[in-house]
Amino acid sequence: MTTHPDPVRDNPEAGQPPPQPATAAPAAPARHAVVAEARDWADGVDTVPRAAGTPEELQPYAELGLADDEYERIRHILGRRPTQSELAMYSIMWSEHCSYKSSKVHLRQFGEKAPPSDRMLAGIGENAGVVRISDELAVTFKVESHNHPSFVEPYQGAATGVGGIVRDILAMGARPVAVMDPLRFGAADHPDTARVLPGVVAGVGGYGNCLGLPNIGGEVVFDPCYQGNPLVNALCLGVLPVDRLQKKDATGPGNVVVLMGAKTGRDGIGGVSVLASATFTEGSEQRRPSVQVGDPFMEKLLIEACLELYDAELVVGIQDLGGAGLTCALTETAASAGTGMRVWLERVPLREPSMEPHEILASESQERMLLVVAPEKLEAVLKTAEKWGVWATAIGEVTAPESDGSPGRLHITWRDHPVVDVPPGSLVDDGPVYARPMREPADLILLQADRAETLPRPGDPDTLRATVLRMVASPNLCDKTWVTEQYDRYVLGNTVLAQPEDSGVIRIDERTGLGVALSVDGNGRYARLDPYQGAKLALAEAYRNVAVTGATPIAVTDCLNFGSPEDPGVMWQFAEAVRGLADGCAELGIPVTGGNVSFYNQTGAAAIHPTPVVGVLGVLDNVADRVASGFVPRSGADHDQLFLLGETHVELSGSEWAWVTHQHLGGVPPHVDLAREKQLAGLLADAARVGHLSSAHDLSDGGLAQSLVESCLRHGVGARIVVPERFEGNSMPFVFLFSESAGRVLVSVPRGHDKAFTALCGEHGVAWEQIGVTDPTAEALEVHGQFRISLDELREAHTGTLPALFGGGQPFEVAAPAATGVAIDASTDPVDGTVGQGATLADVPGAATAEPPTAEPVTDGQQGGSLDGEQTGTAQAAPTSTEAAPFVDLTEEEAADRPVERAAPPVRGGHVAATPSGGTDEPAPAGSPEVSEAGAPQPGDTEQPAAPDER
Amino acid sequence: MTARVGVVTFPGSLDDGDAARAVRIAGAEPVRLWHGEAQLHGVDAVVLPGGFAYGDYLRCGAIARFAPVMEKIIDAAGGGLPVLGICNGFQILCEAHLLPGALTRNQHLHFRNRDQSLRIEATGTAWTNTFQPGQEVLIPVKNGEGCYVAAPATLDELEAEGRVVARYVGGNPNGSQRDIAAITNQAGNVVGIMPHPEHAVEALTGPSLDGLGFFTSVLKHLVGAPA
Repeated sequence: MTTHPDPVRDNPEAGQPPPQPATAAPAAPARHAVVAEARDWADGVDTVPRAAGTPEELQPYAELGLADDEYERIRHILGRRPTQSELAMYSIMWSEHCSYKSSKVHLRQFGEKAPPSDRMLAGIGENAGVVRISDELAVTFKVESHNHPSFVEPYQGAATGVGGIVRDILAMGARPVAVMDPLRFGAADHPDTARVLPGVVAGVGGYGNCLGLPNIGGEVVFDPCYQGNPLVNALCLGVLPVDRLQKKDATGPGNVVVLMGAKTGRDGIGGVSVLASATFTEGSEQRRPSVQVGDPFMEKLLIEACLELYDAELVVGIQDLGGAGLTCALTETAASAGTGMRVWLERVPLREPSMEPHEILASESQERMLLVVAPEKLEAVLKTAEKWGVWATAIGEVTAPESDGSPGRLHITWRDHPVVDVPPGSLVDDGPVYARPMREPADLILLQADRAETLPRPGDPDTLRATVLRMVASPNLCDKTWVTEQYDRYVLGNTVLAQPEDSGVIRIDERTGLGVALSVDGNGRYARLDPYQGAKLALAEAYRNVAVTGATPIAVTDCLNFGSPEDPGVMWQFAEAVRGLADGCAELGIPVTGGNVSFYNQTGAAAIHPTPVVGVLGVLDNVADRVASGFVPRSGADHDQLFLLGETHVELSGSEWAWVTHQHLGGVPPHVDLAREKQLAGLLADAARVGHLSSAHDLSDGGLAQSLVESCLRHGVGARIVVPERFEGNSMPFVFLFSESAGRVLVSVPRGHDKAFTALCGEHGVAWEQIGVTDPTAEALEVHGQFRISLDELREAHTGTLPALFGGGQPFEVAAPAATGVAIDASTDPVDGTVGQGATLADVPGAATAEPPTAEPVTDGQQGGSLDGEQTGTAQAAPTSTEAAPFVDLTEEEAADRPVERAAPPVRGGHVAATPSGGTDEPAPAGSPEVSEAGAPQPGDTEQPAAPDER
Repeated sequence: MTARVGVVTFPGSLDDGDAARAVRIAGAEPVRLWHGEAQLHGVDAVVLPGGFAYGDYLRCGAIARFAPVMEKIIDAAGGGLPVLGICNGFQILCEAHLLPGALTRNQHLHFRNRDQSLRIEATGTAWTNTFQPGQEVLIPVKNGEGCYVAAPATLDELEAEGRVVARYVGGNPNGSQRDIAAITNQAGNVVGIMPHPEHAVEALTGPSLDGLGFFTSVLKHLVGAPA
């Protein structure tokens, strides 16, 4: 473990050992302070009386991530020095991850600016927000990050990320019914991406599939800024009858505190304070033991057991055990009820008997829930647990508040030694709150001045045609089937739409057809150029993605991924993004119901792009009315009319085209007008209800060209497009096809509906333009006067990229377009030979260990040559051993325990780390320079003015 | 009288609710059976659903095969009770030796979920008698260990006796030998299938309605069978 010098708070005069340099080996923290004296302790345990009697004893608070003043505050609260267990608890609960100490002052806006909503049954501060969708039913949803663990150990990091968010949803009284996963990786052709991506995807799939939750959407984004800091966000959706809403309050003195689920082991110790609150440095690989190991089978049993307990009304309160384990669950349940708690720690079932009290309290072992149960119902609770084969143990009881009415205290003993005696609220609510310094990044003005609108752009039909093909094959725009077919999207039988649709749609009520649509979106490049507008753009895109299905958006969740809050520039980005999101939600009239902040996503001095990921949930009264994104096959000469809704301007800054073609990031992102987004959503909902739409597809990254290609390929239906007059000449057809102006949707309207539809557009005040027709017989996308590309050629370009990068492994197949809810033509053409022979996959079933990328270097010289030398050394050395250095030094006895502890459960469903595929046929798309025509004129008349100064 | 079709729930079963829904849509009454009870509650047929019974620990289906309810199912299958094992259920049937061979890790080592074309080759079984021989159907496949393997002699025997119920067409999603997607026992009452017919029974949520045929077949079989 390392601490990092913080110019703001570190005080070199404090008499503490200086912070270890960032590169220090993390294996031996704190020895200087405590271990030498441990022999003197009663049974080796630092007790409350001992702490009171040895006020001068040095404690490793700095190594645990606490600042000098924070430690002093703990001493002040307790009136003595904390015991070792108490210190561990405070360090965890006051970490950035748990206390939101840097973000709190900003996040308040979500509540302050929130529009009134009579749907919200639980909001920010709960495990997840709960929104009513009918008189009887409510849904709960939240997105959360598991970024750092997923870099250290991609499979387990991603798997437990899914597990954690599912338990949050479960704790609200809901049955989890779907998951989504916004994922961000480094450059697609970087060797370390070949380590991280397959592991993360297999982990998301391995856990979610085994849990029986359909995966209905998400994102897969590549950008070099995520090279050392992949973003693994996971969203879960749950459903509950409104009267089954659960609380976490440990009310009722005398009630029993029950720990249910998996046994407690040493996994994840320090995960919160170490992994989530410190910046990566060289040597991160040595933190592997801090990553939790998941057992989805246990979680499945836990879900069923909890739901049975809820239905039988057997629990008073419930809380999941997540990032801070038992510490968080005990203190939060007691603090929220104002009660105290008495806990016998030795009753906690352990995987390793040698665990010490502070380890038990800090353990992040997965698949555990804390229940508060009336004594007379304990028997029934234990019986239910037994039925489902999960452990359930009474470990303590709720105690009364103090006689003076103040909240009760948390007393924890271990083998009769008092090890903890604290006011629980002091850990939960009294943590430090920082208004950290903020400063607009110094480079931002220059960055914004360097506009992509001035870049050379394609000005003739041949170049435009080549651009379309290259763009649809680029990593961020290409087909993601390689990823998504590793996820079960069918289980539970209520998936009406799933990826690659704009939103996932889940049927909630089989009788009425009531359902919800969900989308998660983010764009780090836009947010880098302008975090305020970037957050609004992410919100607008998710909102629009929900709207195109015909659903009415009602609620928002967010996962805010940023660099170090100790960097004033990052803090400014964060504050701006939060302000943008809060303002955006107020304008749209939908509240933020909950979310998550992930700081310290940076390696060394390089932070990721600010990446607010926004999830929007909408309601569909009848999911049968949903609109999908693909053009619909028609018989004979019948076809649909294509309309582009919204306005197209010359907006190329931050665009996918600028990045892919010129590796350019600069300028200001597209203008966002949320009032128009709202009008658009109203139009789409009305049009869907009366059946005017045969398809609707959002325009975002890659602009109209990308949406056209995706809508064509979905069911193999071609289209003929006419470029509107004002986009004729020079590079204007390109602008028409690749501008990323917000607030636009491509819809197809069946014949006979066009007049009524355009009239409806007028009523809603939405700009529309007919741009062409579908052409079911043509098997091609044709842009009149520009180019014609056959669907086969488009499909080949679009689907070949990821298999080529991550190991084809598709020796047997044809590309069957994945459709949910739509009968499709099965006789689709096979993917051609570009997918490779699959021979790069070891023919060794069960090979379950990731090979370090260095063991089998990417063989293709072209690929290797395109790298920029910014390889993260840490990642190259991913150890295959599970015996890597633990959080603290092991005693011999503990060391003997470790092999048992680390015996990972068998994993099924694809823990496969494919060896990096060699011999890809294509050079990296991003590496190929654009064939640029000289002197494309720069029309200025339709351009947006520079964004007004929001600061 | 409505046929009663049992759907077993093991710890870790995932598609049990979906199998029950398919039974209901086909016009029969689903009866939930619990793994821990050696009791069939007088059902006329049984579906072993998809999922990860007992976490698939040790080997897929290896522990589930010893569940109390399985003793009864193995007995009853010997007496002609129609049994359909889907995905994990197919694995359990193989572990229980009601069907030959085994399901192993997909050859490409990935979990794979896609809409898969199958050709129905045996229409004499209790679960496929409403299909036409050679009929192609579209049904979701989703598994990590769906690669069917057996000794060459066993495969030859299955082919010779017409016990290959369905084959993958237009691409083999997992490397199964001879593209086998489903097989049956000699009597034709026990069928194991890797793809998921219960996920192709509603236009709203499935790629087709082709899966319904498996469930209507068993009803037809039960009507035709001597009581």
